[in-house]
Amino acid sequence: MEQKSVAIIGAAETTDLGKIPNLAQIQLHADAALNAMADCGLTAKDIDGIATAGDSPASVAHYLGITPTWVDGTGVGGCSFMLHVRHAAAAINEGLCEVALVTHGESGRSRIGRGGFAAAPATLPGQFEAPYGPAGPPSMFTIPVLRMMKETGLTLEQLASVAVVQREWAGMNPRAYMQDPITVEDVLESRMIAYPFRLLMCCLVTDGGGALILTKADRAKDFPQKPVYILGTGESVETPMISQMEDFTSSKAFRVAGSKAFAEANITHSDVDHLMIYDAFAHLPIYGLEDLGFVGRGEAGAFIADRNTAPGGKLPLNTNGGGLSYMHSGMYGMYALQESVRQMRGIAPAQVENAKVSVCHGVGGMFMASGTIIMSNESP
Amino acid sequence: MADYKKPIPIPTPETQDFWDGAKREELRLQKCDACSAVIFPPRPFCPSCSTREVSSFTASGQARLYSYVINERPAPGFDAPYAIAIVELDEGPRMMTNIVNCEQTPEALVLDMPLEVIFEPITEEISLPKFQPAGD
Ligand SMILES: [Zn+2]
Repeated sequence: MEQKSVAIIGAAETTDLGKIPNLAQIQLHADAALNAMADCGLTAKDIDGIATAGDSPASVAHYLGITPTWVDGTGVGGCSFMLHVRHAAAAINEGLCEVALVTHGESGRSRIGRGGFAAAPATLPGQFEAPYGPAGPPSMFTIPVLRMMKETGLTLEQLASVAVVQREWAGMNPRAYMQDPITVEDVLESRMIAYPFRLLMCCLVTDGGGALILTKADRAKDFPQKPVYILGTGESVETPMISQMEDFTSSKAFRVAGSKAFAEANITHSDVDHLMIYDAFAHLPIYGLEDLGFVGRGEAGAFIADRNTAPGGKLPLNTNGGGLSYMHSGMYGMYALQESVRQMRGIAPAQVENAKVSVCHGVGGMFMASGTIIMSNESP
Repeated sequence: MADYKKPIPIPTPETQDFWDGAKREELRLQKCDACSAVIFPPRPFCPSCSTREVSSFTASGQARLYSYVINERPAPGFDAPYAIAIVELDEGPRMMTNIVNCEQTPEALVLDMPLEVIFEPITEEISLPKFQPAGD
């Protein structure tokens, strides 16, 4: 993709976050989408591209009254929205649509108007994983970590520090679900979920949504908000089965998506002012920092514990509080993108001073997929 | 077996050989005839070189404990705590399994400990490969 050829002109989350028992999942998409339209002064009639995951893009388009000429239902878990942004940028550049809307809505906690998920017994995960008792992400996504600890020296205290530092960021954010400070001891004494993971190393389960509106960069200044330009993008997938992940200490999808995005953006790590790494569990920022190349192998645990990613540190990470403390509906990637947009607009609750480049890195499934979006607030 | 409440695999044509083997207490893997890659889960081609020429064979059943969690929030039909483990077979592939005849504690479950396969019959058609400490 040509750098800064496409911009995010509208961005918003649902009016409320957390517990929203009065809205069905489809209305969470719509509430976020309407807020994003209001953010940039457009209506459904101005939008001709639609992308979403979790629900069908047809459901969302019809519900909102959008007649699209470009549709993307890529559904590879929580980073799907990073892929949607990438695909939307390509579609806009190719003239498949002019204004693309990416929506997310998920009644993760209240489960209003939402289906369930379990591996069908004739699929490969149904045959070769489900019989051994994994009970969702807390007991699957976490499986590689003991191997990571043995191979790289990552410690439980370092893992706990991920949650502690992110709670500090959440404490600066009035919309964060959890804001009270915690200590490493609090994390290590919280309830065991799946050894070695304790409750405070696991993400929240909340309701919410978010939406983004993108168009060509040369139109971006016609809209009321400060444009946020797409500087580089990457995506990949590895495996839907955690047991078949190639390297338990590194995500291939992270490495492929991240290096593609950095190459496209033509930046180095020292150019990055702000970083989001999708944190469904405390180990993901560790894998992300190493696989994106911000630190060497085995260095991320100490890097976080030494406060490099904390408020005042040299690489502000997950500044909304992350999936561990801000919100996590199930497919968190949209909220990471929203925080990158806020940081680039200069309006984040915990704003990073003079931030010009934000890297937003997502995971989908359990190390199944990845998408990386690099944003800039400097005009092309 | 009639009151077995855990998920039960349904074989497909591509995996039938594996489950037929498990019923005979054999751990079946596949090997690429062209590049010798060992393949799991079963599929009728080689993901390393894309040839359709693959053959199945009976693995040694020897493995080591690669990684795991000890789950405290059980899936339906399971009693917590129990380890959900990944073992690395001597032939190379890794698979998810449970570790049996072993305490489900961090002290008893030591990474890289040697393991051997056993088969647990759960229905007339399906026996599940599980692993226990080697030499027990
Ligand atoms: Zn081959």
